[in-house]
Amino acid sequence: MYQIIEKKSLNPTVTQMQIKAPLVAKKARAGQFVILRVDEEGERIPLTVAGVDPERGTVKIIFQIVGATTEKLNRKQAGGYLHDFVGPLGMPTRIDGLKKVCVVGGGVGCAIALPVAEALKKAGASVTSVIGFRNRELLILEDEFGACSEKLVVMTDDGSYGRQGNVTLPLQEMLNGGETFDEIIAIGPLIMMKFVVQTVKPFGVPVTVSMNPIMIDGTGMCGGCRLSLNRDGKRITKFACVDGPDFNGYEVDFDEAMSRGRMYSAFERRAHEAACNLLKQAGEGTHHGD
Amino acid sequence: MAIEPRKHAMPVQNPQARARNFGEVALGYSEELALAEANRCLNCKNQPCVNGCPVNVRIPDFISKIKNKDYEGAYQVISATSTLPAVCGRVCPQETQCESKCTLGIKFEPVGIGRLERFVADWHNAHSSGGGEIPAKNGHRVAVVGSGPAGLTCAGDLARKGYSVTVYEALHTAGGVLVYGIPEFRLPKAIVQKEIEILQSLGVSVETNVVVGKTLTVDELFDAGFEAVFIGSGAGLPNFMGIEGESFNGVYSANEFLTRSNLMKSYRDDPETPVMKGGRVAVVGGGNVAMDAARTALRLGAEKVYIVYRRSMEELPARREEVEHAEEEGIEFLLLTNPVEILGYRNKENPKDEKNGFVTGMKCVRMQLGEPDERGRRRPVEIADSEFVLDVDTVVMAIGTSPNPLIKDTTEGLTVNARGGIIVNEEGLTSREGVYAGGDAVTGAATVISAMGAGKTAAKAIDDYLSRK
Repeated sequence: MYQIIEKKSLNPTVTQMQIKAPLVAKKARAGQFVILRVDEEGERIPLTVAGVDPERGTVKIIFQIVGATTEKLNRKQAGGYLHDFVGPLGMPTRIDGLKKVCVVGGGVGCAIALPVAEALKKAGASVTSVIGFRNRELLILEDEFGACSEKLVVMTDDGSYGRQGNVTLPLQEMLNGGETFDEIIAIGPLIMMKFVVQTVKPFGVPVTVSMNPIMIDGTGMCGGCRLSLNRDGKRITKFACVDGPDFNGYEVDFDEAMSRGRMYSAFERRAHEAACNLLKQAGEGTHHGD
Repeated sequence: MAIEPRKHAMPVQNPQARARNFGEVALGYSEELALAEANRCLNCKNQPCVNGCPVNVRIPDFISKIKNKDYEGAYQVISATSTLPAVCGRVCPQETQCESKCTLGIKFEPVGIGRLERFVADWHNAHSSGGGEIPAKNGHRVAVVGSGPAGLTCAGDLARKGYSVTVYEALHTAGGVLVYGIPEFRLPKAIVQKEIEILQSLGVSVETNVVVGKTLTVDELFDAGFEAVFIGSGAGLPNFMGIEGESFNGVYSANEFLTRSNLMKSYRDDPETPVMKGGRVAVVGGGNVAMDAARTALRLGAEKVYIVYRRSMEELPARREEVEHAEEEGIEFLLLTNPVEILGYRNKENPKDEKNGFVTGMKCVRMQLGEPDERGRRRPVEIADSEFVLDVDTVVMAIGTSPNPLIKDTTEGLTVNARGGIIVNEEGLTSREGVYAGGDAVTGAATVISAMGAGKTAAKAIDDYLSRK
């Protein structure tokens, strides 16, 4: 059992928790993920590590309430326990040798992008961050990005905060204006990462994306997390859990990944509705949109 | 008294009923049947069956105890050399091991050794009053990586010799393939749990949620004071065929399909972890894992299940018993058939169509057997213009696995073969001093009992090594 040391709501749909897991805290690096189960009958869900405190033995997770399991996770309070918590899994984000990087985060993906930006700054790189949200209410981690970025651009879809538009807009402007980067690291919804790749392609800047597919064990056993890469004219299969979660954005077949992500959407809708109904019946339902 | 020429039949659940439930298929011998079957044993002098067993269970001795109705005594004989009698009695391929060597088998059917082993283990589990004595500690610490059959056997043997053993398991439940892979209807999870509790009663500590190679490295285990490490981390990445369409929704590896149903309990009515249920299912492959996947699909409510295998029944590697059970349950075998493409739904008009990306069928070709290959198996060759489409919406690929890279990538000086399997000598020693390995991590996908044999061999070698130190 793994204790929840702290719990904080970052916005109406995104929650941050500090989990006591000393072995994971000692090892985890930016870009890696954990798999957790809320209770004994629970589903295994992967969450990318949002930060660690090796001294205190805690791992920070930030999650969006999108389904039955994250709903259940969000009902846990500080002092409570998670049944299982295993990691760190996957390969850390490669930051060695990078001097000037643009980190692009979208929505709750910013939670994963932040430790990468922080690690880059710590390694002496110059970081430009572009973070995007649907609206002001959903904005998270602005101060934290500000602290590790030389330049920070905040975008909202509806213009209720920062600039209006997608994250690709300032990216396009910077590149058009002659700005150069050793690499662009994009972490967010698949559709955002796909469009970042399209935007950057004419400029030939390397793009790393972080994939978060459906998986069970996270150790290279089930193969559910497979994705297709187009490399040198050939199609190859990779497993996000052991080969990733970071991949070369130019190689990833995003359309296939999006399609695979929908495999259980009907099931998840039903499970989420059932979970919400239970909450309503218990009279403790909190409304949230996602 | 004339010898009964045939094995006493194993009572089984009715095929129509069992095809729709996850209860155990084989129900086990009654005491009466066990006594009758035990009396078929000739108790011959040279005991060839013992050599046929990878862990050398003293078979005629335990059968003699059954004849005398000393079932606990029989259990003690088995457990002197085997860590998991209730498991082996169910899933060992006895027909190619101990029973294939049985003297009675020269003229008649061999003694039903596996069925008797199961009877004895079940009798013990139902009647014993709990753990034996905890052996006196010898002061040495050994780490075991993986809690599947290889790891559990190695841990059990070392604990009985007084070693302090810690078993590290990557998943949230101990048991490895016995829990995530082999379905409930062939090996009830309660039996695996019982075997693990027996080990814990011997003082073995089991740490779940630790991925060696990630959470801890092999070197860190030595730093933490372990004097030897046994790697029994099992098989790894599932193989796919490399044909078009394997990324469509509804295509599973057997590992994923079985893990969802077994470990994550997706077979329940209202599961937290989903799996595709019902519909028309093709399982590609002919091994025991393919049989398990096909029979699981049926129990999950499939209206039709096919086994698609590119050679003929004669080459099909699964146990005969499993094949017969599958056929009785209504699974159709499409032999000499090979998939060439998986077809999926694409509504170009409406990209939001919910059916987009899901499997609609599998294109196959008919095969014939040609010249034998280097291993003497006749090579399947495509028959020209024999293409046809199988109407299925779920495809399970059960065509083997490749070793897991996590440990080799993080353990300096550990050598692996071209396929990624850890290289060991006949004692299970790897290229690193104090590091031993066995089971699928070494051989690639094989049987429970061969993994147990490897765990046993390594336990002995570790004992020799640490006694010398």
